[in-house]
Amino acid sequence: MDALQPVSGIAGFIASVAKVVLVFAGVMLTVAYMTLAERRVSAWIQDRIGPNRVGPFGLLQPIADGLKNLLKEETLPAKSSKLFFLMGPMIALMPALVTFAVIPFAAPLPTHWGVVDMVVADVPIGILYILAITSLGVYGLVLGGWASNNKYALLGGMRASAQMVSYEVALGLSVVAVLILAGNVTLTQVVWQQQQLHFWFAFPLSLAFILFLASAYAETNRLPFDMPEAESELVAGYHTEYSGMKYAMFPMAEYANMVTSSALMATLFLGGWDLPGSWDNMFWYHGQLISGFAANGSVILAHPALWKTLLTFVAFAIKTAFFLVVYIWVRWTLPRFRYDQVMALGWKVLLPTGLGYVMLIAGATLVLDQLGLPWGFTYGLILTVLSGLATAGFLVFLDRGHTIFGAAAARDQKTIVRHRAGVPAQAGD
Amino acid sequence: MAQKTIEYTVGRNPEMGPGGLPTASPLEPFDIPEPQLGSEHMLINIGPQHPATHGVLRLVCELDGETVLNVTPHIGFLHSSFEKLGEYRTWNQIVPLTDRMDYLAPLIYNCAYVMAVEKLLGIEVTERCKVVRVILMELDRIFGHLLWLGTTAIDVGAFTPFLYTFEERERIYRMHEGYTGARITTSATRVGGMMADLPEGWIGELEHFLDTFPRTLAEVHRLLTNNQILIGRTQGVGAIGPEDAVNYGFTGPNLRASGVAYDVRKDNPYYDYETYDFEVPIGENGDCYDRYLVRMEEMNQSVSILRQAIDRLPDGPINNPDPAVSLPSKTDCMSDMESMIHHFKLITEGIKGPPGDCYYPVEASKGELGMYLVSDGGPKPVRWRVRPPSFVNISVINKLAQGHLIADLIMINASLDIVLGEIDR
Repeated sequence: MDALQPVSGIAGFIASVAKVVLVFAGVMLTVAYMTLAERRVSAWIQDRIGPNRVGPFGLLQPIADGLKNLLKEETLPAKSSKLFFLMGPMIALMPALVTFAVIPFAAPLPTHWGVVDMVVADVPIGILYILAITSLGVYGLVLGGWASNNKYALLGGMRASAQMVSYEVALGLSVVAVLILAGNVTLTQVVWQQQQLHFWFAFPLSLAFILFLASAYAETNRLPFDMPEAESELVAGYHTEYSGMKYAMFPMAEYANMVTSSALMATLFLGGWDLPGSWDNMFWYHGQLISGFAANGSVILAHPALWKTLLTFVAFAIKTAFFLVVYIWVRWTLPRFRYDQVMALGWKVLLPTGLGYVMLIAGATLVLDQLGLPWGFTYGLILTVLSGLATAGFLVFLDRGHTIFGAAAARDQKTIVRHRAGVPAQAGD
Repeated sequence: MAQKTIEYTVGRNPEMGPGGLPTASPLEPFDIPEPQLGSEHMLINIGPQHPATHGVLRLVCELDGETVLNVTPHIGFLHSSFEKLGEYRTWNQIVPLTDRMDYLAPLIYNCAYVMAVEKLLGIEVTERCKVVRVILMELDRIFGHLLWLGTTAIDVGAFTPFLYTFEERERIYRMHEGYTGARITTSATRVGGMMADLPEGWIGELEHFLDTFPRTLAEVHRLLTNNQILIGRTQGVGAIGPEDAVNYGFTGPNLRASGVAYDVRKDNPYYDYETYDFEVPIGENGDCYDRYLVRMEEMNQSVSILRQAIDRLPDGPINNPDPAVSLPSKTDCMSDMESMIHHFKLITEGIKGPPGDCYYPVEASKGELGMYLVSDGGPKPVRWRVRPPSFVNISVINKLAQGHLIADLIMINASLDIVLGEIDR
């Protein structure tokens, strides 16, 4: 049998175009149905029914919403800076959509013309590309907030930029831990290394996972970090003055960011499209599609198949959906931080923790490599135990006895002082 | 620009406050400089249309970045001239004005008003009426606190507890409707009694509510009370000490959160409140978190009072049988000459009493609610003045919010539990 080759030439071009269209459509569809999912899940959390009138189970609700937003009157504040006001939503939405390009979403697909990688662009700078592009999205928020000529919008835009700057650092540091283990910034290689380690990185890098999760919430401006649009303080924050489709593009950007960051979390920490077992492991190694290395160092060739591609895609979708549901769940459960608390958490807690954790992982890998331990299950297990200890220490420190051990409940007991009839009122009795 | 300075000195009421001794601690002058245009500081209008002002309150804030330098509350957007309107109405016609003041706990206002009238005119009410009024007032204390709880949760960004509390409020609304026919504008009381006796099955519905409501409350407790984020948002925010709290005229849960165990139901009991077994929760720090805890516990105490009141609810007439006070039944009016004459005289002349004035305080959900009435012996008040707890409580918002962030201002405003209908009157 001939060695499998990647598609090239005309077929490769057509495959690329098809992937771009499909991924774009897929992301936009997910964004549309995320709005419905958010409303239905929140309704379920809150003892309500939620939208169920348009179509079966309300499934056409996103289309109705889209039509409504398209037909709505576009307002333009009289004293706004019109160019930037119009650019704001566009700048917000575009980076949110293009970041998905580097995320591999299934095992390679064999076709008549060659093997098609299930990623739009497997660029060698993978994660760096994502970090660079997602940061651009905040310009849309800041410009929109500033151009609205509205004080609430201005405050929202300022908060958005400050929050982005603070959490980009923590996010980057938590990714560094992943990169140390993966040895590369290409996302296909991150997936491959997780397959080889027999561990998804959520376990050997549990603390990085938690830091990344928190930072991703802050990056996507979701509760409990939705400072830029905190509706009880800033009315609607940076998009106070927007209406119609221009407004709709901001939520779309937010949801697209959520989808991208969920997919990224799935890729970095839950093995991407990987399923347990080595049957689906595939990686381009020196021009050969391999599934692993034999004991003597020779390669084992992989056998891609349509069913493997489909199955791994389902796995990827489920992992992404899991993070999306957690996003919704958290939003409808937690209160919102205060602006300065968000900053303090980012700079005083997440950043030093991330820094220390990178040192820990770097040291641990150095020691393990020096000991000559092969990249595999034992390697992952040692790191898992180490990270588990670090995570436990971090959580106990962060909690400081509030939620886990209930120190506030003790204060509750102290505060409620009994005062019976006939006893004269005394201050602080 | 000119500075608006209002100076007033308030000594301590010897009946109130720690130690019971009057202290000479005058208020700081209420001194808010007019904000300057074109300065480094940003001037921002919060309200009257804003998601977090709980009505039509307008807060003009001077901000340095996001730090609040000054807050000037502007009130009056809901001014309805209730007190003046009352001077042109007979005693019973005023009742519908009262529930529009605090539309979040209307029955307390209904009851407080007629209790003041009854004191002024020297009218006794039956035992059953007393217990029914206690039930209604405690029910609406829960009603008012539930609204505060839900809106506070929204103001800190937790939307779900809001819907849980409004689910419970909806059940109280249905009880309002079952008894009075109206959900908000209840107008349930009449001088010398109630507009009707409790309908059949109403007490059973209330008991069912009392059985299930604590479960919802416990659920909200679990969602919020120990939540690290809520604690961070509320502890140490908007703190006021007992001295200041008394001097600013704080009453109700806001005062008790500062550590002063003053509750009209205990310190100046009415309607046999001294015989009910309940506790008055007090805080010690006077911050938003203590105000939160105090109100949460007060709801539990109200449930306990309601249970005791249901147990002791006596049979018998609900209205004062005196024909010069209570209207006869419609059947009697149609068949009995005497009754018809009484009905005619009551409707045309109203209830008359001795000239004089009276002040009657009750513990409303937001603090001490006082009704002051002056009568010249006629069927209408010469002057009707309400001592509104929210109006007094909101006056301190500048002091509480100064130096905090704008998010804290929202939290402080929520924790003061104001209702604009009563502030603007």
